[in-house]
Amino acid sequence: MTRRKPIATGSDWNFEILEAYEHELARLADEYRLDTYPNQIEIITTEQMMDAYASVGMPVGYHHWSFGKQFLAVEQAYRRGQMGLAYELVINSDPCIAYLMEENTLMMQVLVMAHACYGHNSFFKGNYLFRTWTDASSIVDYLVFARRYVAECEERHGVTAVEQLLDACHALQNYGVDRYKRPSPISAEEEVRRQAEREEYLQAQVNTLWRTIPGRPQSDLLAGSADSEDDPLGLHAGGRYPPEPQENLLYFLEKNAPLLAPWQREIVRIVRKLAQYFYPQRQTQVMNEGWASFWHYTLMNRLYDEGLVDEGLMLEFLQSHTAVVSQPGFDSPFYSGINPYALGFAMFSDIKRMCENPTDEDREWFPDTAGSDWLEAVHFAMRNFKDESFIQQFLSPKVMRDLKLFSIVDDDQEEMLEVTAIHDERGYRRIREALAQQYALSLREPNIQVYEANIRGNRALTLHHVQDSRRPMGRSVYPVIRHLHQLWGFPVRLESLAEDGSVVRRYQWPLPDEDGKE
Amino acid sequence: MTYFIDRRANAKNKSAVNRQRFLDRYRTHIKRSVEEAVNRRSITDMERGEKVSIPTRDISEPVFQHGPGGKRTIVSPGNKEFVEGDRLRRPSGGGGGDGAGEGGASNQGEGMDEFAFSLTREEFLDFVFDGLELPHLERKALKDLDEVKPVRAGVTRDGVPARINIVRSMREAYARRIAMRAPLRRALRAAQEALDEEERKDPVLRNPSRIAELKAEIERLEKRLEAVPFIDTYDLRYNNLINQPQPSSKAVMFCVMDVSGSMTQAHKDIAKRFFLLLYLFLERNYEKVELVFVRHHTAAKEVDEEEFFYSRETGGTIVSSALTLVDEIITRRYPPTQWNLYVAQASDGDNWDDDSVNCRERLMKSLMPRLQYYTYVEITPHAHQALWEEYETVAAEFPDRFAMRQIVEAGDIYPVFRELFKRRAAH
Repeated sequence: MTRRKPIATGSDWNFEILEAYEHELARLADEYRLDTYPNQIEIITTEQMMDAYASVGMPVGYHHWSFGKQFLAVEQAYRRGQMGLAYELVINSDPCIAYLMEENTLMMQVLVMAHACYGHNSFFKGNYLFRTWTDASSIVDYLVFARRYVAECEERHGVTAVEQLLDACHALQNYGVDRYKRPSPISAEEEVRRQAEREEYLQAQVNTLWRTIPGRPQSDLLAGSADSEDDPLGLHAGGRYPPEPQENLLYFLEKNAPLLAPWQREIVRIVRKLAQYFYPQRQTQVMNEGWASFWHYTLMNRLYDEGLVDEGLMLEFLQSHTAVVSQPGFDSPFYSGINPYALGFAMFSDIKRMCENPTDEDREWFPDTAGSDWLEAVHFAMRNFKDESFIQQFLSPKVMRDLKLFSIVDDDQEEMLEVTAIHDERGYRRIREALAQQYALSLREPNIQVYEANIRGNRALTLHHVQDSRRPMGRSVYPVIRHLHQLWGFPVRLESLAEDGSVVRRYQWPLPDEDGKE
Repeated sequence: MTYFIDRRANAKNKSAVNRQRFLDRYRTHIKRSVEEAVNRRSITDMERGEKVSIPTRDISEPVFQHGPGGKRTIVSPGNKEFVEGDRLRRPSGGGGGDGAGEGGASNQGEGMDEFAFSLTREEFLDFVFDGLELPHLERKALKDLDEVKPVRAGVTRDGVPARINIVRSMREAYARRIAMRAPLRRALRAAQEALDEEERKDPVLRNPSRIAELKAEIERLEKRLEAVPFIDTYDLRYNNLINQPQPSSKAVMFCVMDVSGSMTQAHKDIAKRFFLLLYLFLERNYEKVELVFVRHHTAAKEVDEEEFFYSRETGGTIVSSALTLVDEIITRRYPPTQWNLYVAQASDGDNWDDDSVNCRERLMKSLMPRLQYYTYVEITPHAHQALWEEYETVAAEFPDRFAMRQIVEAGDIYPVFRELFKRRAAH
């Protein structure tokens, strides 16, 4: 047993102590091959923390009332004591910015450093989604650019005009991402340099698209969509525009909306770029929190094993850690969905367990992982998956048993709910499948694509919503297509398609007249 | 590589702009809440913020979402007794505590119907008095003010020691020392050089008396150099203060109330609310507001607040007695050149018939010229009496500074108050 020589005791901290701990954490993290961006650790006050929360963690952001609303909500919750601000806030940037609140105890500061500066940070740097979709080195510059640009627009065009535009863009921001195409990284310098250029270019492109005298229809393209009996001269034979459905609504609007002014297109672009920045985070919540919790747990235990922290701090840590990774049952008054910290921590810990102490079950379910090098295995999992595929790949029967997972089918054509699987031999695979689906962004959000913009006629925009398991659109559909209509400037239609392709429901804005005419 | 940065000293109100944007956007909602709060609260209770709730639906930020229906599979933790194939009744009401899978997809609303937040006291009062202004705030021109405030006005050569300007004094002293020492130094240097030259000569050629003379001269000059004083009375500089006339930031508010038998406690409560609203409003506009309570039946008396509102009297009513008393108090204690004078009178409209004329006389001749503003509220559901009619002639004479309204029930106070003080178009 090592002789205990803690760096500090008690709950007070100062910069020397933090630096000493940070140094030790860095050494241990290196041992575990955690590859991180440089850390920028900022000590802030409670009020500043609330500010940071309100701006979804962005260190600088443009002004918008919705952030004010967020701030008031955070403030209210914090005042009532419903919410501890203490945990952590970390920004995916290079250097990686993490906040420590001055009120935190020493334990909390060390914990947050382990969690954010080594857990999240290495996740941001290692995970394939972040590597593909975000450019950590330029995000802060881009945010500064966005803030300045929006402020300039407010000055030139008035706060209200900008606010309404942002409202409309925010309503669609989850549809501002190319899911399959790798985007070009955002860079502030380039943005500024090319922004003026783009304004002219974009407008020219839009003008071509919407010019009033149509050119010869490109008759070869999608000729099948024209009905030769109704249209013997082939006036509508030019095919549909866009020829392929577009999933990135904001991109489509930015490039094609007929009436937007150049500055408005630029703001659409800003919202789209920020949505893209947050896109990986929305898909890796379980993994990200699980990974960070796994490492703060491991690193804190190492600190303790080496005698660098005392028992008091360790007990405080365990209390806090347990609270964070607890998972109340579905019938508990504290239940609010599956806790991503709990699920992620359980899964990463389980990967380590099955490498070190594999059971026969593990060997059968995870022949590649069981008994292999655990550090290699967790790194592999962290790097190459998102929540959906991570669960599909690594959710083990043991974790399902521990969490007592079960799945229920809620079918509006049946009178009763049915329990379709529980944590038993017959249910494991089905639960795993269902849970993975629950985290699939493509199923969580309605699948909506631009189907057609009528560029030869009334300029109406038609969207298709492809239903999944007959799930209809929620009530918010009208407010959202109203926003869409504001951006597009002409009638907007949304058609819900059943899985067989038939239209089950139509929504449109502006609302049709009383006699049903559009 | 790790850097620690201490940001605690940075500005904390990064969200102030966004917060203000939110308040502006929901101005109408917030105003409604504030107005309800004003009517609900006792007026002594105005001095704090207010919790405002806005229906979540009004401030939601819509996004495309799945609605209820269709078929979906929900995975939840914590199974206790279910086995595969169990069929359960659908929880009634849908959502609520058991919204399992939906929780993941819904936004942060968490099923709350109201978005609640707190206004600070300042914000609350801003909303209460939004769009109101004090009439004739500008009338107190500088010329009729004898209120003064000392302000800094440069530096002088004389003053009291407490106001010595040390930096300026030292600078003067330094300059004087340089100026006084320069010729002495020059002479000293010359004498020194002469002495050196003399001493460098061959010992035979030296002139001992010349050397002694030079040495004496050097000694004399050094003494004189040392005698230049470090600081002299001549160097001292003092901060100068002059008195500048100041617009008065003091106001006094006279609360005049009829406490005769016809005024019930309900009447008084209404009057109290009116007085307190006015008090709060004045307090926002002046640094210091004093209150004078004058109550009257057939005779007037200056009383404290408790007695003013809560003691009962019986008997008839002579309003002019109160006006006379107010007039006297003004003359004795509140010279109009120093004080902004406001009178608020509440009554049920009763008066001895022949006294109403006296009231008008008193107001027109003596009071109105000195007052900033006079408000009269009549708390009665009944028809007006002689006093109202006489006051109407006063109002016609001083349309900008005399206001009168009728209040029937407590709910009228706030609207009446707003009407009395609403921002007038510039004329």
